[in-house]
Amino acid sequence: MTYQPSALQLQREAAKRRASRRSTLIALSSTLAFGLLLVIVITGAQGYETVKNSFFNWHYAKLAMPSVFHGLLLNLRVLIIAEFFVLLIGLLIAIARTSTSPVLYPVRLVATIYTDLFRGLPLLLVLLLVGLGIPGLRISWIPNSAVVLGTVALVLTYSAYVAEVIRAGIEGVNPTQRQAARALGLTQSQTLEHVVLPQAFRNVTPPLLNDLVSLQKDSGLISVLGAVDAIRAAGIQTAQSFNFTPYLVAGALFVLLTIPLTRFTDWLTRKQDARQRAQGQW
Amino acid sequence: MAIVAIAIPVVSAQKSSGCGQIKEGVLTIGTDDPAYGPWFDNNTPSNGKGYEAAVAYAVAEKLGYAADKVEWVKVPFNKVIQPGCKDFDFDINQVSITDERKKAVDFSSGYYDVSQTVITVKGSKIAGAKSIADLKGAKLGAQVGTTSYSTITDVIAPTQAPAVFDTNDVAKQALANGQIDGLVVDLPTAFYITAVDLKDGLIVGQFPAKAGGEQFGLVLSKGSKLTKDVSAAVDALRADGTLAKIADAWLASTVGAPVLK
Repeated sequence: MTYQPSALQLQREAAKRRASRRSTLIALSSTLAFGLLLVIVITGAQGYETVKNSFFNWHYAKLAMPSVFHGLLLNLRVLIIAEFFVLLIGLLIAIARTSTSPVLYPVRLVATIYTDLFRGLPLLLVLLLVGLGIPGLRISWIPNSAVVLGTVALVLTYSAYVAEVIRAGIEGVNPTQRQAARALGLTQSQTLEHVVLPQAFRNVTPPLLNDLVSLQKDSGLISVLGAVDAIRAAGIQTAQSFNFTPYLVAGALFVLLTIPLTRFTDWLTRKQDARQRAQGQW
Repeated sequence: MAIVAIAIPVVSAQKSSGCGQIKEGVLTIGTDDPAYGPWFDNNTPSNGKGYEAAVAYAVAEKLGYAADKVEWVKVPFNKVIQPGCKDFDFDINQVSITDERKKAVDFSSGYYDVSQTVITVKGSKIAGAKSIADLKGAKLGAQVGTTSYSTITDVIAPTQAPAVFDTNDVAKQALANGQIDGLVVDLPTAFYITAVDLKDGLIVGQFPAKAGGEQFGLVLSKGSKLTKDVSAAVDALRADGTLAKIADAWLASTVGAPVLK
């Protein structure tokens, strides 16, 4: 027998539909009213034409595009190389800090001092110390390129942040996991590699990617050492025309880079959640 | 709807043409912090020492403001070029006049004729350079936002991308470290840096004067009501020899900087 909704049920459904239509309408009209208000206030402002011309000028956007894009390639190069070393060094520091053997006490001490120091020091200071201080020593085999030294400074600072994130991930793994692995006969390092770290990384993927996005933007700070990244390229263009549009071009490019990364993080988190929920069903 | 109705009158009440004086009876002059020599002395514009400080007070006097009616404000570069009315009546900070920039701000007549100059340190590979061609292979640097930078890219067009620094302080350190071979600055700054700041600093040479010349101008808000008077004051100071006298007092003799071929 097919389902025949009662007259009461049909009434209920109709009421629900009306309510949902009504709330959609209200949302729509309030968004429109708010948007209209913004447009009126902004375009009606006395300085609107001036501001539009200084920040959203198509002529200067086109003019700035090639050099800003060229600068962005430097940001990307620095980002990729720095992120590789940051993850590597961060992981080593995190492992050192979570080690328990008494023999390794000095390693733990050094790792702790390192994270304390480099998380506390402003990145700009590290950049200047590494980027201008080290070449000042005039040691011939150390490169004095602004890009190389700037990347080193970024790695020094970000390794400390990332080490703490990974450490949190390691400590978040239930100790019984370790004990179970040891009971199954895995060695200390096998336990770390096959049991602890995979779960640790899964725990902290979103904050790690957050740091990656942050590094992407901070990669531009190496411009204080003379390298021309996207923002600096925009600054050069702005200084020539006294028009701020090039900065907006750089900003748009950065956002375009960040969005896929954020969507990727979301996707990864959802996948992990699904996997974790599925575990009980095996 | 009521909100919209309120918003409109508030907004249109602000409409007025041309930026006026910041403070009645007082001349508000802007410059960057720190303000460098030889343009200013001891980062204290109000002492009237240094070329630009002296010019600023001379302009003020021409406009009818005694020294105690001059107020200095600290204005970083980005505030100088921001759209709309500025926080100063005029800014004096070695800003070169270009047609492109004139679209965004007002300039007074030029108060100083600039030539760009390459400096380096003893032992650098361009220490003996005689011509612009000799600089082609060098790693050069300049401060961001300066015409010195455009001089590198437009006049020298070197094979290595130039380094660009926030301030000449960082650039000087990079030069001393050998991270760049040479630094491009305006001529008086070149004399100042090589004599005062750099150990073993040298002037490689100045660029031949451009057609039409390059001049520093006072910066005013676009369409400022003061532009005409300020320009007239600068013109008068140039005509009566005051500018030359101030230059003699505060700027090293620019004789002795070879011109690059």
